[in-house]
Amino acid sequence: MAKGGVAAERRRPHSHLREATVGYAFILPALVGIVALYLFPLIKTAYLSFTKTGVFGDSTFIGGANYANLVTDPTFGTALRSSAIYTVIVLLAIPISIVIAALIAQVRHGATLYRIAYFLPVVTLPVAVGMVWRFIYNGDFGLLNALLSLIGIDGKAWVADPTVAIFAVSAVGIWTSLGTAIIILGAGLQGIPQDLYEAASLDGAGPLRQFRSITLPLLTPSIFFVSVLSVIGSLQMFDLIYVMIGRNNPALSQSQTIVYLFYQKAFVEGNRGYGAAIAIALLLIIMALTAIQFRLQKRWVFYG
Amino acid sequence: MGNTQPRHHQIIIHAVLGIGAVIMVAPFIWQILTTFKTVTESRAVPPTILPAVWSIAAYERFFTSVPLWSLLGMSLGVLVVRVGGQLVLCSLAAYGFARFRFPGRGLLFGVFLVMLMAPSQLFLISQFDLMKSLHLLDTLPAIAIPGMFSAFGTFLMRQAFIAIPKEFEEAARLDGANSWQLFWRILLPMTGPTLAALGVLTSLYSWNDLLWPLIVASNKHMTLPVGLSLLQGQYGTDYPTLMAGSLIASLPLIIVFVILQRQFFAGIASSGLKG
Repeated sequence: MAKGGVAAERRRPHSHLREATVGYAFILPALVGIVALYLFPLIKTAYLSFTKTGVFGDSTFIGGANYANLVTDPTFGTALRSSAIYTVIVLLAIPISIVIAALIAQVRHGATLYRIAYFLPVVTLPVAVGMVWRFIYNGDFGLLNALLSLIGIDGKAWVADPTVAIFAVSAVGIWTSLGTAIIILGAGLQGIPQDLYEAASLDGAGPLRQFRSITLPLLTPSIFFVSVLSVIGSLQMFDLIYVMIGRNNPALSQSQTIVYLFYQKAFVEGNRGYGAAIAIALLLIIMALTAIQFRLQKRWVFYG
Repeated sequence: MGNTQPRHHQIIIHAVLGIGAVIMVAPFIWQILTTFKTVTESRAVPPTILPAVWSIAAYERFFTSVPLWSLLGMSLGVLVVRVGGQLVLCSLAAYGFARFRFPGRGLLFGVFLVMLMAPSQLFLISQFDLMKSLHLLDTLPAIAIPGMFSAFGTFLMRQAFIAIPKEFEEAARLDGANSWQLFWRILLPMTGPTLAALGVLTSLYSWNDLLWPLIVASNKHMTLPVGLSLLQGQYGTDYPTLMAGSLIASLPLIIVFVILQRQFFAGIASSGLKG
């Protein structure tokens, strides 16, 4: 035994080196890509945000001028507002999803069928989703206004009216994000021990009381996770605006989101430096909101 | 919540879920019905529910004006390269991070974690410049290459490797297996469910992605979402054609989803959505 230990002791420097070499070999292919296609671009975007750079790469250093322009640019202000409205409204999908996930957990038959139905919009091409809803929202012959007229409401041109367009898009955002939330929350529900409910039943707690006192508190970690994901995802929304509003729509200037503005500045107008500053601003906003959510979780998330 | 509830509870639950499910599915039904209408009928006020005459003219217009096979081939090709690339590259790196000690491991994994949290728009400008300087614009590699690498996939796979008890490797090591054999023959097969989840999630992002393909390939070699979004400019208010196109473009993934729904749900549940 002692002899073996000495041999192992002697082998160690060599085997450390060997272990490190093999380890590097395994991570190398992915590392090359991550550095070349992600780390380097991130650093370059940060650099570009301090320059005036056109499509042909002609760049001059201008310090914080792009950021100073951002703060005073009314277009960026409206983009922030649109993204904020979209993000907040899409969060409403979470309470709806909690109820639906809790109900699906209780059905004896057909749970899979319901999950498929609620999940369909997630696997549908966002471009297709946008087109279908643009048709439904049409002011002259859309399905929504036809349904509203049945109950005596005179509908609007939902996605052509600058005052309501972002709200109409946000409603579609809720519709497309229910599926993901229901699945994640449903997995959270499965983690709740069944005997808690049995004990509560014996104590005479009805279904609503059980939901409030057992399901909700024990589901808070999943709810927290879903809301962090939802905020990060919503702040990056692009597709629905691109398809539902579109370039020639008078409502675009009032409804474009941060990422749409980024696309417009960096790739349509070719103003790389300004686009880079928008991307960095988006990163800072996401980091700040995520940090706030993590800070606040202590107040309401229950880790049993 | 318990299995002792009376029968009428089940009926109420099904009623609520059923109404919700109808709201979820109704736009799809409306889309399908519209594809069989004429342009005039699709704009009727009040709208007709069923087409007066079932017509497939919208599908014909779609097929004659859109190079469907080229779009489909591009979307599928990008998906295969992205999924294949991620499964291989992420699991290799994940095994390296999970089972080997080497200088700088914490720092390098930290780099991956930062990339995991950063919004993808931060990378696009420079990725575009890189593809341009490599003369890859408007090609499949330009669309697919960045998506072959994933900090998220590496993170997910690393969790799977860490969860495997070390005893499995120790036994195989004693039998003389080297690191590659351990990885390939023993550990990788044990991460099957995570690999499936990663493959399904990557397929979903790849198939649905609009922004990056729009930036690097919107002239010749387009993917389905880009082609479809251009169709909208061309057929602005010909909704039967637009509905037919969007239905055909969405169907492949919807069919795969209905067949592999377990894997989709497992993927989403284990990780949430992250592009």
